[in-house]
Amino acid sequence: MDILEVEGLRKYFYLDPGFLAKLVTRKKPSVIKAVDGVTFSIRAGEILGIAGESGCGKSTTCTMITKLLDPTAGVIKYKGRDITTLNKQEVRDYRKQVQIVFQDPYESLNPRFTVFDQVAEPLRALGVGDKVEVRERTLDTLELAGLVPEEYKDRYPHQMSGGERQRVGIASALVLSPELVIADEPVSMLDVSIRAGILDLIRDLSKRLHFTCIFVSHDLSILSNISERLMIMYLGKVVELGMIREVIANPLHPYAQALISAVPIPDPSYKRPRPNIKGEVSQPIDPPPGCRFHTRCPQGTMEKCELEDPPFKEIQPGHFAACHLY
Amino acid sequence: MLLEIRDLRTHYQIEKGTVKAVDGVSFSIGEDEVFGLAGESGCGKSTLIRTIMRLIPDSARVTADRLSFRSQDLLSLSDKEYRERILWKEISLVPQSAMASLNPVHRVGDQIVEAILAHSRMGRREAAQRARHLFEVVGLQAGLTKSYPHEFSGGMRQRAMIAMSLALDPSLIIMDEPTTGLDVLVQERILRKLAEIRQQVKKKKAILLITHDISVIAEMSDRIGIMYAGRLMESAPALDVFNEPYHPYTLGLKNAFPSIKAMDKELISIPGSPPNLIDDLPGCVFSARCPFAIPECDVRRPEFKEIKPKHFAACIRTDRVQEFRKLAGEKETWISSRSKG
Amino acid sequence: MRLDRVKDAVVGQIRIIARHKFGIFGAGIIVFFGLVSLFAPWIAPYDVWETINTAQGKPAILKPPSLEFPMGTTMMGRDILSQMIYATRTTFLIGLVAGLISIVIGANIGLLSGYYGGKLDEAMMRFTDIIYGMPFLPFLIVLIALFGRSIWFVILAICCLVWRTSARVIRAQTLSIRQRQFIQSAKARGCSDLRIIYGHILPNIMPLLLLYTAFNIAWSVLAEAGASFLGFSDPNNLSWGGMLYELWISGKIRTAWWWFAWPSICIVLLVSSLVFISRAYEEVANPRLKQR
Repeated sequence: MDILEVEGLRKYFYLDPGFLAKLVTRKKPSVIKAVDGVTFSIRAGEILGIAGESGCGKSTTCTMITKLLDPTAGVIKYKGRDITTLNKQEVRDYRKQVQIVFQDPYESLNPRFTVFDQVAEPLRALGVGDKVEVRERTLDTLELAGLVPEEYKDRYPHQMSGGERQRVGIASALVLSPELVIADEPVSMLDVSIRAGILDLIRDLSKRLHFTCIFVSHDLSILSNISERLMIMYLGKVVELGMIREVIANPLHPYAQALISAVPIPDPSYKRPRPNIKGEVSQPIDPPPGCRFHTRCPQGTMEKCELEDPPFKEIQPGHFAACHLY
Repeated sequence: MLLEIRDLRTHYQIEKGTVKAVDGVSFSIGEDEVFGLAGESGCGKSTLIRTIMRLIPDSARVTADRLSFRSQDLLSLSDKEYRERILWKEISLVPQSAMASLNPVHRVGDQIVEAILAHSRMGRREAAQRARHLFEVVGLQAGLTKSYPHEFSGGMRQRAMIAMSLALDPSLIIMDEPTTGLDVLVQERILRKLAEIRQQVKKKKAILLITHDISVIAEMSDRIGIMYAGRLMESAPALDVFNEPYHPYTLGLKNAFPSIKAMDKELISIPGSPPNLIDDLPGCVFSARCPFAIPECDVRRPEFKEIKPKHFAACIRTDRVQEFRKLAGEKETWISSRSKG
Repeated sequence: MRLDRVKDAVVGQIRIIARHKFGIFGAGIIVFFGLVSLFAPWIAPYDVWETINTAQGKPAILKPPSLEFPMGTTMMGRDILSQMIYATRTTFLIGLVAGLISIVIGANIGLLSGYYGGKLDEAMMRFTDIIYGMPFLPFLIVLIALFGRSIWFVILAICCLVWRTSARVIRAQTLSIRQRQFIQSAKARGCSDLRIIYGHILPNIMPLLLLYTAFNIAWSVLAEAGASFLGFSDPNNLSWGGMLYELWISGKIRTAWWWFAWPSICIVLLVSSLVFISRAYEEVANPRLKQR
């Protein structure tokens, strides 16, 4: 069963040129197509990894799924229901089911809240349970996140390490028992020796508490360890999607091929092939028509590539790519 | 040996006590060598760089058995001598955050020119020409010297910083987290370019590469040093550190790194956190988190000694390393470690 | 809003003051004046408007400070000490009430404006700009003349003007806090806008808020003193400024130094001690190094 379906999701930001510039040069507003036609779905219980470099639109996509940002166009269906048309009360219910863990453990906690208040806040804000139930659930969730409740509940963020803070962040996301959890670069700002613990926690809890997880990261090494399926984005579009082992062993899209061959390997004896790619990554501002990647594609570009957006289709069973080569 | 460091210590005096940011680091770098210094946040690598570059406040106390560059003792040089003879000419720095190091209101080319003028006797025109040449060396178009920092992407700024570090043809370049924050393709490009530059230029360039990213260190370094809580835990040729590590911290780090070439590998965290550098730590700094620690480890500071040719480690239990290597690969070993999770 | 979190914040603030030498001094003065205000009827030897006769049976006019009249007497033979004690009550009350009401106005405008942005922000800030453009004392006088001279109208008039600075400042702080990730997080966790503003942002601007509370009270005291010195005060409730007004219209300002000294000194003392307390906050209100 697909717990989340995203169809043709778009988010455009318009940059107004200055008043004078408009007058003099008749310049039209620039448009940043941060997300430009993203379509994918997630099966209940799986861990989907979303990879891509900065500017690819992965974080913006997640912001729209959590309803912290409204899409310009497209549909997001949660359990079959379009979330862009929810009323206030329905949004509150939605928030009980879809939650997010943020990247920066030093910024995602309110400096004035104790750990207990931080984790209890979602329950209080959404009116879930009475005082006793709130207390019970909060302490239980702290324990699940690997923090001994008695020791941590009265602490303030500045009294904790990055790893501990991130566990609090995870607890505050899970206290509502959500069914879909989005983890936006949850370990990128943590020390290496602590990352494994947090990754284990997320993996473990997703099985125990039966939630689906979207794991966003620019680090393919991390994704290769935790996700089951992998989606790669480039300049606002999805370029490849498939089981992670498949995609990494056998990438179809030229961008995916370059990306994967660029990942450094912690093994001095391994000789990595040189990634096949030209040019620098650009911003998704006023993108030209055709395939977004054609200006950097090492394979000879056909005429089609410059004119038509390649369709996102299933090339091999369960393995999708958007490229005119196929 | 180009740079020789023996028992370097940098201590800061603050209200609450003495912060032993660097507390006994010894290693050396050869003429054409890349030495990768790995360590997590708070391990003292930034302080180490600043100590070598003389960018630390006067209140810091620096002692060392030896801190020399081409056999010239650096500690005995006055600030003026250091600035005129060593800084940028022999040792240069690519700092961590390029955006923070570049003045946003000056053109990038001008900033390189200023740096050249400050540390050499070149004329302005000559310096400007050199700046343009350096840009081409790092893969930027010469005309871009006229741009402002905000017009550059992250990768381009980093290349500009590398260009600046090459300005006076130094023998040693210190790179502080050179690719952190950059996308992986950009990172790959820059590291590749760096390797190219080292091969192409006439004068040999050694690099002291400092980062927490073990993958980058593995790919770039000839030799690797592992730093923890101000001290060096292990140092050896790169392959030896990965294939035959001796120190428990290194063993722990090895298991903490995911790799797309080993997707089935079970990642293991090292529970606990680094010690407070103000506290007195008579024994091994890692003992609180070490699953193989014995009571002696808490009281006796292990000597950083040569276990095999060119392979140093600071641990008193290296005799049982074969056993430890096996145990370190198992999750239970680290869970039952003495520290809290 | 959780009561104990507010309590913690207030206790925290008291501790901040206690650590600062000037803060303790300032707090001491304020407490002293507060007590004088509270116990005025019991402390003051005479009534405010009571003409006292000397042993000879004549009114004790313009007597310099002596054992009998520690602060001297006025032109009408009234005891200045008693007047000072009662006037403390008036000045303190006006300063405190006007100061508190204006910070409540300013803080709310700042919070709502900073959080919601858009048209609401535009409208509120343009209004604030207009109020900013008004010269303080002249306008205060106009308002008092309009509303009336009773003590509550004076407070009202002061409130209409003093809030403007705190609104600006608090809006700026709110804007910067609003961008921070923990506010995004609160939104994602289901917090309503009002809950975020008063439950999440407010605790984080407390140091600045208390700083400006101290300022607002100080400005209110000065405002009242200025207006009443020019005659625009409640004739039934004497304040320090009002005493100076009486002195002025008596024409004896050159000779009766004692009549001038005590009210002036107290005005300066009260305002300074409020500023001293605010100094203690300044250190906290400025962004400190985050402890990691």
